[in-house]
Amino acid sequence: MPKAKTDAGSGAEPAVVSAQDEDFALHSLQEALAADRRYTPNKEELLNLYEQMVLIRRFEERAGQLYGLGLIGGFCHLYIGQEAVAVGLQSALDSNRDSVITGYRDHGHMLAYGIDPKVIMAELTGRAAGISRGKGGSMHMFSVEHKFYGGHGIVGAQVSLGAGLAFAHKYREDGGVAMAYFGDGAANQGQVYESFNMAALWKLPIIFVIENNGYAMGTAVKRGSAETHFHRRGTAFRIPGMQVDGMDVLEVRKAAEVALEYVRAGNGPVLMELNTYRYRGHSMSDPAKYRSREEVQDVREKRDPIEHVKQDLAALGVDEAALKEIDKRVRAQVAESADFAENSPEPELSELYTDVLVERY
Amino acid sequence: MAIELKMPALSPTMEEGKLARWLVKEGDEVKSGDILAEIETDKATMEFEAVDEGTVGKILVAEGTEGVKVGTVIAVLAGEGEDASSVQASAPQAEAAPAAEAAPAAESGAAKAEAPARAPAKRDPEIPHGTNMKTSTVREALRDAMAEEMRRDPRVFVMGEEVAEYQGAYKVTQGLLEEFGPQRVIDTPITEYGFAGIGTGAAMGGLRPVIEFMTFNFAMQAIDHIINSAAKTNYMSGGQMRCPIVFRGPNGAAARVGAQHSQNYGPWYANVPGLVVIAPYDAYDAKGLLKAAIRSDDPVVFLENELIYGRTFELPELDEHVLPIGKARIMREGKDVTIVSYSIGVGLALEAAEQLAGEGIDAEVIDLRTLRPLDKETVLESLAKTNRIVVAEEGFPVCSIASEISAICMEEGFDDLDAPVVRVCNEDVPLPYAANLEKAALIDTPRIVEAVRKVCYR
Repeated sequence: MPKAKTDAGSGAEPAVVSAQDEDFALHSLQEALAADRRYTPNKEELLNLYEQMVLIRRFEERAGQLYGLGLIGGFCHLYIGQEAVAVGLQSALDSNRDSVITGYRDHGHMLAYGIDPKVIMAELTGRAAGISRGKGGSMHMFSVEHKFYGGHGIVGAQVSLGAGLAFAHKYREDGGVAMAYFGDGAANQGQVYESFNMAALWKLPIIFVIENNGYAMGTAVKRGSAETHFHRRGTAFRIPGMQVDGMDVLEVRKAAEVALEYVRAGNGPVLMELNTYRYRGHSMSDPAKYRSREEVQDVREKRDPIEHVKQDLAALGVDEAALKEIDKRVRAQVAESADFAENSPEPELSELYTDVLVERY
Repeated sequence: MAIELKMPALSPTMEEGKLARWLVKEGDEVKSGDILAEIETDKATMEFEAVDEGTVGKILVAEGTEGVKVGTVIAVLAGEGEDASSVQASAPQAEAAPAAEAAPAAESGAAKAEAPARAPAKRDPEIPHGTNMKTSTVREALRDAMAEEMRRDPRVFVMGEEVAEYQGAYKVTQGLLEEFGPQRVIDTPITEYGFAGIGTGAAMGGLRPVIEFMTFNFAMQAIDHIINSAAKTNYMSGGQMRCPIVFRGPNGAAARVGAQHSQNYGPWYANVPGLVVIAPYDAYDAKGLLKAAIRSDDPVVFLENELIYGRTFELPELDEHVLPIGKARIMREGKDVTIVSYSIGVGLALEAAEQLAGEGIDAEVIDLRTLRPLDKETVLESLAKTNRIVVAEEGFPVCSIASEISAICMEEGFDDLDAPVVRVCNEDVPLPYAANLEKAALIDTPRIVEAVRKVCYR
């Protein structure tokens, strides 16, 4: 890995760096986005984005229901409300070379990356047909085939691991970009800044995506973060930041394109803050009493990402019937995955000892 | 079709709850996401949302009802085109069994998962007759192992603090930067958690990282990635996502560096399924096992020892000196007593054996070499021959490798024991700085000799 060039030389730098630090593109990407905020899709593209978002919402609602019936155990973190983030970003990635990693709120990302809902739901119910053969559960799912690297249960770990994926892209010179998603809570973990430093130092091809849903479990952003403008958190490492409306899938898509162009050109990392909201509790066992029902209802009514797309679709001349058709198809798909997840067998007991190690010694 | 709404479990342990309040009434239109009711559990009041669209047909459990079992049908929703008023619950009291009961309890069944058999015993490859032997320090052997593997496999790279331009804090990576360049020999900032994570991510992404910790004491900052990220992912992913990485560096007590720089983490890592843990003693094993570690598809913790970096041993001049992981080595054959050790303890055990030979006690010395998976067979075979065993370990005694060997001897070698197993470890204190106290705290040859006399009743 080449040493990053320190632009100002080393050692005897002046204590006060000139404000005319033209190499530092902190605001350039934000300005590019501000100039042209929304992606312009054709009807088919927008219908596709709509369908993916509806799929995530219906899937998660069903997962919540299966949890309620005791078919899903442990921790289960739903993505309802945040659909535009994963769907908008994914739509801009190149699935042949880019890689993705996220934390434990991972069902939505997997669905957005085109992974079969049946094997995801079957993992949630702990069945042999699950994507991790029933041994990972909701928080630990992976698909190397889709370059989806998890699904990690330790808050913030995916940021360093994601920088490692980016390191591998650069090492192999395969042109890929890694995208590491994490929350406003994880953004306070120390390893995040260790990773920012090395990613910027080595110009790793990575987009750090902070999904700011307002709450780190039950702690509101302003109670846990000294700097609540997360897109500024890379400033100390010379990482340009972008603040994006994470409830508008077309703005998300556009921002992703701006960021990808910068990263693919070899400029190093970008930090995106996506402002979003989760409608449900942190996990299924969180009654979410740290916020008012009115607050949630207000977001549902005014900022809902799916309703937003519906308006855009109407503007493109798509009628209700077409949407109903999609809704029906998605419902059937989700029902099928729930049936599959409920009726698939549990793993064989012999699976207990498989895959602890790859080799035999 | 009418949709039955069942009393939900709102936490992993909930079995019943109170239906505190209905927020809808019969005949109301609902859509998914609407809040239907409030349910009180022993911990909190939770909202119950609609998943499906429809019209509330019949409310079957009145608000205020306590002790409603999870799975009880509490209301019925009429789907599109159905007449809400005609909807009746098919079986109002039907209870879906909670999954905890529905799922067959694994332990109650006759079938019991068995740990898989170990791989057939592997031997160190024979050194062909006439092979030239050369001398090498442990430091050089480790460097040569890395250099040879880097020549062989372009995915292998070395990353850590001061590994490149400084040539290694302990000079183990000397010359690697010159041969392989800064793309493959990478200096990191002082940021163990971060670079352990980057290394682990790079391994998940298909590379073969060798991550050097300046000492394993500093790996405490990074242990989350070693255990939670590297060790567990293959299992959690159902065997999809591998993590072929080597974490290496000096481990154990050095000299006069005090408690925070002096600890043997062998037992810590050996506790974790999903890791391979290697702790070699001499240059022969250091080279052969580091090469094997780099080639392994599993995450390996490779524990070196600063005090033996400079010691010189014989090494065969072979193109391919690769040794089997998981196989102990009999360093000295004997018939009266077995001394089991690893890493720096092996040298002390060999010294003790020499001294004991002068007293007429013929000691066998076993170097475990790999701490996980542990080569029980070699230990138990030796015990069957000598009937007496001492474990010598430079490390804390509590929950140590010595404790593990003792347990194995009790469980699987009890009938072969003519005396209790004795552990010889460091004293159970943080390592002190003062020269006399440090000496008093650390394992040494006289203590091993004394323990052997004890188990031999001499």
